[in-house]
Amino acid sequence: MDISTQDAPVPPPAPAPSLEQKRASRGATRPGDRVFLGLSRGSGILLLVIMAAIAGFLTYRAALAISEDEANFLTSFEWDANGTPPKFGIAVLAYGTVISSVIAMVIAVPISVGIALFITHYAPRRLGGVISYVIDLLAAVPSIVYGLWGALVLVPHLNGLYGWLDDYLGWTGVFEWQGGAARSLFTVGILLAIMILPIVTNVSREVFRQSPQMIEEAALALGATRWEVIRMSVLPFGRSGVISASMLGLGRALGETMAVATVLSPSFLINASLLDPGGGTFAQNIASKFGEATPVGRDALIASGLVLFVITLLVNGAARAIIARRKEYSGANA
Amino acid sequence: MAKRIDVSGLTAYYGSHKAIDDISMTVEPRSVTAFIGPSGCGKSTFLRTLNRMHEVTTGGRVEGKVLLDDEDLYGQGVDPVAVRRTIGMVFQRPNPFPTMSIFDNVAAGLKLNGSYKKSELGDVVEKSLKGANLWNEVKDRLNKPGSGLSGGQQQRLCIARAIAVEPQVLLMDEPCSALDPISTLAIEDLIGELKERFTIVIVTHNMQQAARVSDRTAFFNLSAVGQPGRLIEIDDTERIFSNPSVQATEDYISGRFG
Repeated sequence: MDISTQDAPVPPPAPAPSLEQKRASRGATRPGDRVFLGLSRGSGILLLVIMAAIAGFLTYRAALAISEDEANFLTSFEWDANGTPPKFGIAVLAYGTVISSVIAMVIAVPISVGIALFITHYAPRRLGGVISYVIDLLAAVPSIVYGLWGALVLVPHLNGLYGWLDDYLGWTGVFEWQGGAARSLFTVGILLAIMILPIVTNVSREVFRQSPQMIEEAALALGATRWEVIRMSVLPFGRSGVISASMLGLGRALGETMAVATVLSPSFLINASLLDPGGGTFAQNIASKFGEATPVGRDALIASGLVLFVITLLVNGAARAIIARRKEYSGANA
Repeated sequence: MAKRIDVSGLTAYYGSHKAIDDISMTVEPRSVTAFIGPSGCGKSTFLRTLNRMHEVTTGGRVEGKVLLDDEDLYGQGVDPVAVRRTIGMVFQRPNPFPTMSIFDNVAAGLKLNGSYKKSELGDVVEKSLKGANLWNEVKDRLNKPGSGLSGGQQQRLCIARAIAVEPQVLLMDEPCSALDPISTLAIEDLIGELKERFTIVIVTHNMQQAARVSDRTAFFNLSAVGQPGRLIEIDDTERIFSNPSVQATEDYISGRFG
């Protein structure tokens, strides 16, 4: 930098900018700016093109498969996509995917919120840091490792819990247990819960940490206990953040492949009981069937992938709607 | 309702840093006492020791006695939560609960106490909002969020929230410093009305405000940055602003501080 320019006299006020100068001020004429503009615009366009290409390809192949399908694609319980004529439906997969993810959410979200609150509002700073670090480690474990741990350690150790559930809740039918290996959608749900715990906890923790001090003090000064402070100011402030965190977790749970494929003993059946082995999820089914699929079979798997994609979109849309509905009362303008 | 505050030998710390040193004073019931002094002299810290809010900051601790009539707020077995329920507080920046409606904001303290009848809740909210001179402005939108009000209205909402639980004492920490002159005037008028029912302690940087609203004024100062704040003197407001007994007070109120 030339230091002498600091002493340069102030230039007279510039006349109204010409068209040429306006273009210059938008940064499109200097070579560096032009290159950067081209790169960033190009990346943006490339992203859209890739998305469109994937969506187009998936829809095209899915349409091919569904047009050959001899069974009802949405309601059939069969998966014989390699046969002639091919017969397949996604009912079992949709059920298994949604149920296992719902179980995971029911278990993981309350625990995650609890851990996040403990780290931000109860634990001494140092202990909170240690817990955060351990949770970050948990997020770094590859999913296949979770799958192996699930199949070799979790499954054999769940017999006690399954027996207890059968004893006390077996009468509902939902928790009836025949006594087989615990390779059921319920176990998958537990494993998925452990897997999504770190992301839900981390995002919730960041949201709670930003909870405004002055609102917490307002509650304290009214004579609120620590839990009442959390209930009156921290949780309402963090509500939309926790919903976002849960959706991130749900996205992972819906699409999880290897861990589910390792633990579940799949079948094309919907059991009344969550504890009986069987069922399947979209991602697990694609992973285990793709290798030996015929061309039509592959298209059928692609079609099931499209359905998973649509489910994820719907879930995200619902979450956004929930957040938007409460916007007026959000802590954003605190 | 209104009670006397008797402070003796009060010292407060942030960790190892001594923020205020050996303060003693008496605050009479049904009067307004103003705390003035330069920034960092510990007047806000002292205010926060009066309802045990000081100790919620990391490292905050207190030595000495604060008697509310005859009960020591720092005595053994005294629950700080119970103390804060009897001593209300209004903060520098208006802080209504953003997720609650105007009605729920005022009712928040009652719901914490748990001892209210549903039918009475509406009456108490109306009475408190009237007491805070806010009722006419919000009576048609009690179910709207409190954060939609103007700054001055939000501060009066916070006052309504504080008086809804009928505290013995009302502490105000620079309640007008974030407000425009008209809203400030509204709050000052309100303070004049509230002192009929409550013991009021107000921290302010505005000496005219102290002169206008208070009966007694306490001047705080610190000898140097990093040194603890001390109470220089407390006297009738009129005397402090006309003929203070300590030279430092005279210097400060006439603008020759340092």
